[in-house]
Amino acid sequence: MSFDSNNLSTLIRDSRVRNIGYQIIIILALILSVWWLIDNTTTNLGNRGKSLGFGFLTQTAGFEISHTLGTWLFDYKVGISTYTDIYFIGVTNTLLIAILGIFFASLIGFSIGIMRLSSNIVLRYFATAYVEVIRNIPLLLQLFFWYFAVLGLLPKARSKLDIFGGLGGLNITGLYTPAPVFEAGFGYVASSFFVAVAASIAIIQFSKYRRDQTGKGLNLGLFVPSLLICLPGIVFFLVGSPLDWSLPVFKDTGPIFKRGFQPDQGMVLVPEMLAVLLSLTLYTAGFIAEIVRAGILAVSKGQTEAAHSLGLGSGITLRLVVIPQAMRIIIPPLTSQYLNLTKNSSLAVAIAYPELVSIFAGTALNQVGKEIEMIFMVMTTYLGFSLITSLFMNWFNSRVKIVER
Amino acid sequence: MNKILMAAIALVVGAGAGFVVGKGEKEVVEVEKVAEKSASSTMDAVKAKGHVQCGVSQGLPGFSNADDAGNWTGIDVDVCRGIAAAVFGDSSKVKYTPLSSKQRFTALASGEIDVLSRNTTWTMTRDTQLGLNFAGVNYYDGQGFLVPKSLGVKSALEMDGANVCSQTGTTTELNVTDFFRENGMKFNLVAFEEADAVVAAYDAGRCDVYTTDRSGLAAQRTKLTNPDEHMVLPEIISKEPLGPVVRQGDDQWFNIVRWTLRAMINAEEMGITSGNAKSKANDNNPAIKRLLGTEGKFGEELGLSNDWAMNIISQVGNYGESYEAHVGPNTPLKLARGVNELWSKGGILYAAPIR
Repeated sequence: MSFDSNNLSTLIRDSRVRNIGYQIIIILALILSVWWLIDNTTTNLGNRGKSLGFGFLTQTAGFEISHTLGTWLFDYKVGISTYTDIYFIGVTNTLLIAILGIFFASLIGFSIGIMRLSSNIVLRYFATAYVEVIRNIPLLLQLFFWYFAVLGLLPKARSKLDIFGGLGGLNITGLYTPAPVFEAGFGYVASSFFVAVAASIAIIQFSKYRRDQTGKGLNLGLFVPSLLICLPGIVFFLVGSPLDWSLPVFKDTGPIFKRGFQPDQGMVLVPEMLAVLLSLTLYTAGFIAEIVRAGILAVSKGQTEAAHSLGLGSGITLRLVVIPQAMRIIIPPLTSQYLNLTKNSSLAVAIAYPELVSIFAGTALNQVGKEIEMIFMVMTTYLGFSLITSLFMNWFNSRVKIVER
Repeated sequence: MNKILMAAIALVVGAGAGFVVGKGEKEVVEVEKVAEKSASSTMDAVKAKGHVQCGVSQGLPGFSNADDAGNWTGIDVDVCRGIAAAVFGDSSKVKYTPLSSKQRFTALASGEIDVLSRNTTWTMTRDTQLGLNFAGVNYYDGQGFLVPKSLGVKSALEMDGANVCSQTGTTTELNVTDFFRENGMKFNLVAFEEADAVVAAYDAGRCDVYTTDRSGLAAQRTKLTNPDEHMVLPEIISKEPLGPVVRQGDDQWFNIVRWTLRAMINAEEMGITSGNAKSKANDNNPAIKRLLGTEGKFGEELGLSNDWAMNIISQVGNYGESYEAHVGPNTPLKLARGVNELWSKGGILYAAPIR
């Protein structure tokens, strides 16, 4: 063997060099395929007389969108707002459903999951029935069911059902509630609240530190809750009550279409949103319940028995012994459910809730015709939501997982 | 040790070669695709597979609607059948792809269908930006409003503050927005993806008003619980020329679709029906002879047989027959001819002559 080939063979035998070599080859292959895809797409689009580009984002949009949080937040006005606004309205409405859905689904899911293991036979059977029914019916059907079932039951547009003692109202056009109107000076109240939160955290940390050091914490009692309520409360009255409420207004005289709840008074939750939220929450809660049950059952029975033999009650055992150990099993599959909920919110297009897929990849796409760019944007957005959720849940997981001492 | 080394080298070389070969194959495919395109061969592709793949609606009575046995009928479907009759001499050689309004242009542009005959409005944006061409108009429509009679509304100008239901992904959203802006009125738009969901929501009372093309309103009204308790308001707020669409850049196929439609309109003007077409072939009128292929070689110039129009008319019928059978006053839609009457009878249907 000559010197050269000997040198080469040592190089190839070096596993580090080999591994880097494989990675370079794979990356090159990836870059070439992506380049080929893009090149092929532009060529074929060119043949059809179309081009790639994001210039449409600055065009103004000429269609009305159902009044929701997104349109309110971005002050949507036909003929002035652009397709970029449409995109952000869609993102807002999707996020709204995702965040509220995750919150309520976790709440219901944990309750049902614990009920599944209850010694009370009624609770246990109810929870089992819930899980089996909800998990086994396609989500789209549930969406239609809740939407049209709810629509069928609600009072018509020109009548109403009073709630909160007449402060709010409900009919087929939505749930109307008082809306807060922030006046000048409300910023002080909000800041004082954040100051109170920061102070509370500092005091709790300090108390913990003292306990670790000396074995005796501060006797906080009701100090933290009263700080959180009183400080913003005092500031609120000092700056002269800068908060007003816009109450829903119901008219039953005047032109027929002006009767009913007035669109610019109070706050409205449209039935489309309520149906989407309801069905996504109930559906995902069914899955979360099973994950919670599995997590709790995975904690060895000896742990519960040990806690009981120390004289702990069953509530405190669940809270301090079982749940913390179950959490490390629950969190990874729970993350998948949160991701599913966010992605499933795109089904809302079926019942006219203006989320991202409905208004941006739907209405706007049909007006502009930039399929590749717009679908790419939507896919990237969902990917972003999912990655952020995963990151957060991974962080949370690393906090609650068992720390080996 | 040497064996492992050899295996590693073989693997690396093999992977590299495989990639090069793989890339080569991809390029060949690409070249073939381009070749296929430049030959403008929708016609060849259609002949090769033996049927016309026609994009239609997901169910709009009178225009394109499937019955319980899966047979499609309607004036849009008749355009598809006419094309099949012109190309194959057999109007049954059509396969249908039901499409939502969102899917339709992508399905056509991607080559999934050969022609889109799905109550599609001809607009400048669609004609110029989507890489498509409109081959003509088979129904002149306009957008209107359907309201419950119980509201006592007589005009669309009384609708300030209304909740309006519509289907998403269509020009209806733009038109209704323009109409309300123009008249300084406010409204809330509730837009669904499926027409059936719009009807269900309107029927449940979610909206006071249902807006779409007036032909669509007439068709969808038949699906309501009590069709007689609803009325179409007199205002027409838009021009909606509906017609068949083809891909841009294939002039032969474009011409076939365009002249199929014109043949049906010309036939009505000349009084040729599915019943009398055979006997009219030797009529004294040279225009009729040219249409039916007994004089001249007009079919060959389209790349078809000379009896192309004869096949369309005898198997599908003329425009008037198609109209009366599917949307006319004797159908559940009860749509009067209106502007869709021939130019010679006060309407605006006017087809270029065959000569």
